[in-house]
Amino acid sequence: MKSVLVIGGGIAGIQSSLDLANRGYHIYLVEREPSIGGHMALLDKTFPTNDCSMCILAPKMNECNAHPNIDILSYSEVMDLSGNAGDFTARVQRKARYINEEKCTGCGDCTAKCPSKVPNEYNGNLDKRKSIFLPYPQAVPRVMTIDREHCIYLTKGKCGNCKKVCNAGAVDYEQKDTFVDLNVAAVIVATGFDMFDPTHMQEYGYGKYANVITAMEYERMICASGPTGGHLETAPDKEHPGKIAFIQCVGSRDLQHNPYCCSVCCMHAIKESILAREHYEDIKPYIFYTDLRAVGKGFEEYAVRGEKEYGIKYIRGRPGQITEDASTKTLTVWYDDTVNRKVKGLEVDMAVLCTSLIPAKGSDKLAAILDIELDEYGLYKSRDELTAPLDTRRPGVFIAGYCQSPKDIPESVAQGSGAAARATEVAGGAYI
Amino acid sequence: MKDEPRIGVFVCHCGTNIGGYVDVPSVVEYARTLVGVVHAERNTYTCADDGLTAIKKAIKDHNLNRVIVASCTPRTHAPLFRSAVADAGLNPYLFELVNIREHCSWVHMKEKEAATQKAKDLIRMGVARTALLEPQEEIRISVTPSALVIGGGIAGMTAALSIANQGFKVDIVEKDSEMGGMLRYLNDLYPGGRKASLVMDEFIGKVKNHPKIEVHTSSTIKKVDGYIGNFTVSVQNEKVPLDIKTGIIVVATGADEFKPVNLYGYSGSGNVLTELELEERLKNGSLQKLDSAIFIQCVGSRGEGRSYCSRICCNVAIKNSKLLKQTFPEADINILHNGIHAYGTYEKMYREAQELGVGFRKYSKEKPPEVTVDGERMRVKLYHELMGREIEYTPDIIVLSTPLIPHPENGDLSRMLKVPLGQDGFFLEAHVKLRPVDFATDGIFLCGSARAPADIIESINQGYSAASRAAIPLMNGYVQAEAITAVVDETKCIGCGYCASICPYRAASMNEKTVVAEEVSYITRKSYINPALCKGCGTCAAGCPAGAITPNHFTLPQIMATIKAFQQPGAYIYDRIKA
Repeated sequence: MKSVLVIGGGIAGIQSSLDLANRGYHIYLVEREPSIGGHMALLDKTFPTNDCSMCILAPKMNECNAHPNIDILSYSEVMDLSGNAGDFTARVQRKARYINEEKCTGCGDCTAKCPSKVPNEYNGNLDKRKSIFLPYPQAVPRVMTIDREHCIYLTKGKCGNCKKVCNAGAVDYEQKDTFVDLNVAAVIVATGFDMFDPTHMQEYGYGKYANVITAMEYERMICASGPTGGHLETAPDKEHPGKIAFIQCVGSRDLQHNPYCCSVCCMHAIKESILAREHYEDIKPYIFYTDLRAVGKGFEEYAVRGEKEYGIKYIRGRPGQITEDASTKTLTVWYDDTVNRKVKGLEVDMAVLCTSLIPAKGSDKLAAILDIELDEYGLYKSRDELTAPLDTRRPGVFIAGYCQSPKDIPESVAQGSGAAARATEVAGGAYI
Repeated sequence: MKDEPRIGVFVCHCGTNIGGYVDVPSVVEYARTLVGVVHAERNTYTCADDGLTAIKKAIKDHNLNRVIVASCTPRTHAPLFRSAVADAGLNPYLFELVNIREHCSWVHMKEKEAATQKAKDLIRMGVARTALLEPQEEIRISVTPSALVIGGGIAGMTAALSIANQGFKVDIVEKDSEMGGMLRYLNDLYPGGRKASLVMDEFIGKVKNHPKIEVHTSSTIKKVDGYIGNFTVSVQNEKVPLDIKTGIIVVATGADEFKPVNLYGYSGSGNVLTELELEERLKNGSLQKLDSAIFIQCVGSRGEGRSYCSRICCNVAIKNSKLLKQTFPEADINILHNGIHAYGTYEKMYREAQELGVGFRKYSKEKPPEVTVDGERMRVKLYHELMGREIEYTPDIIVLSTPLIPHPENGDLSRMLKVPLGQDGFFLEAHVKLRPVDFATDGIFLCGSARAPADIIESINQGYSAASRAAIPLMNGYVQAEAITAVVDETKCIGCGYCASICPYRAASMNEKTVVAEEVSYITRKSYINPALCKGCGTCAAGCPAGAITPNHFTLPQIMATIKAFQQPGAYIYDRIKA
């Protein structure tokens, strides 16, 4: 059986893996995080149908886990790739998670007894998780991970609660990082993106004003399984906001930061506005946009419905500043009204920054390891951006999803499948 | 199955997930009292190795013929337990998972006694159902190892080349006399500005030289029979009709450019052009001199009647405006728009056009530009939002960016293939998010502008994507049909055809049958459900007015037994339900 290495367990990598596994290839699905799922696992709903994101993703994550042809190597990273198309050797570092993956059943008894609490990055740092944790209840594989930076036993040699309560005997403080060499015929890179950090953009006061949050944090807050149980909370009294401003293109379409358009933020702002209204009828959502780019199938209709049925107010303009009333914590969004040609201020209770989706951390390092190129934005460069979008300069190494160019979920799925087709062509020896 | 049920029940603690809120030992004790249950035990984790071993051992030791695991969700764990049961020699469909975690302990953490009682109720209901389970067989359907691609544009050629490179014969059916589709009418392509003819010739060359691809030009589809793995497609060309047997079908029929007759002074001649007509002039070099050009965006889209955004037109206009500005640097070129949709990295092209001096002027939906054509002289009036006043242009040419619209023949093709069109007239995929190039009907795939407006890169991406999806059954050589399917009792079927009209997978159809009754015989219609296509959703069974359809594994007696067991707390009597 021929093998293919898929790097990145988001929706694009999952699609590549399933397409290849279902035709009889063996897949090594390498994921840097403890669970596959990528960013889609952190979203509440998806546009333009408002399908629950996890509900449509989890079956695919589970299918990967249960598939006899797929080995998920989570909490792992590719360190080297030698050889040529049809016969590569990939060296993968399996980071110590201090848990025997074979024994752990994911029951969570250890988490309940762990005294160490740290900010939960899977909930936008809006709540705390334990040092021995599952990122979220639907995590795949359903195996615990010990955060070596924060575990009291691993840092101070005390505690050991998790090991004491684990009936499965899965906790192993002595575990070391290991390396495995994999022989594969082709490689698919689907490493997605990271979120731009707007802290240094002083004009918007993120990190300084309590009620300025990012869209990713908003996704977690509005999600029923998130840190607030789906309630939108504002400072100081945890009331839900009356008015929300969504600020588009924060860090994107901006020569100081990322010149490109992220392709998805207009749509997720519309979706998040609609969700706000579905949770609280009295919320008034405002979207400050540059161009409202609703270009996908059914998107324009969704944008129109947002205005007509959910009362979204679209305001064309990029706000110059957000100010805060220190006592009430309400915000004023200052913007150019391009219709009346005046500088205006809109008072809101919450401002959501729709921040740029930027190349995944470590893309440059991985590009060097794989000997593929980055483009001017730091995304992976296609061999020919027009006619060979899925190919890289290294034969047998393909790219799919956001890491190739900005795109939404269905386009990422399409490329995930497409890269699987290219990998099959190579593995079968018909490389053209 | 006529043998008496011998059911084994395995109750999982799931660490404290269940065990912390449900009194598992008492649930096990209760399960032992249920009629049909010959063995019950509890496991710390039934899904762990020792739990699975316990199931296999109990099947042997107690001669079990049915197994229940009371634990978590079948979504994640049913496949694991089914295979354990199969390892021990039982048919895997004689297994039932009762969810006492998501449906019980997790939602009743503060009411332990009630949670324990509910777990008992759920298990009693599961036992009632399980006693009536029957073995199911998983059938395999063989697949003809070849593909048929409808449409020889960039998406169809990409799909065909990839399927052929993966080792399978491909027939391309193209209605025109030449392949190339929309590429034949384009001048140059974005991004990069390569000549469309160069790209087209490269692809056509590869297709024509590929030993596994056969091209049928000037050919149309007349009839489609069969199902995944076994389609027969009747193709008509100038010479002879042809029947092609194929395992899968890819729809890559593209789209047309909307001709905006009577909008903005467009008449089909003169100097009000569509983007394609501009491409033609650029291609044949007939545009020799230009002082001023106006592009108007969203002509015939994003409004009444045609509500969608055609995705590609902003980028097409930007590409063409750049070319005009480079060719005629002194010319005044303006794009009148309602938002520039240069998404993704096309933003760069937008910026380059601005740097070259192309003007981008926004109009509002309420006040669109006005065009008057008086012989050779044309005027465009625009209410400029930022300046707050009207401005006027007298361009040499006006270019109308009109949407891609679905082919008029999509309706016929969708009926022949039994695949749906969306409200906008484009083909409708199985799931907008996660199955962008599949149809709900197995074995038929979709790519390019037949699905929704797409540019060259997107059409190529989707062509590969469809090729990947299509190659799965081809490479396997078979498809594993769903074991849980619906069956028709022909003696009850009244031939109304309701099942065929509501089946989302087009598995139900009406066949003519000769019925012989004593001295007379007559022809009538009876429903047939193709097990190769049926997904076991049960829609037909719920809809059948005659009660003639039974979904296997979810039969009426099985469902009724579950409900009756719910109504009967205390020890449950299997025989009473059976009667």
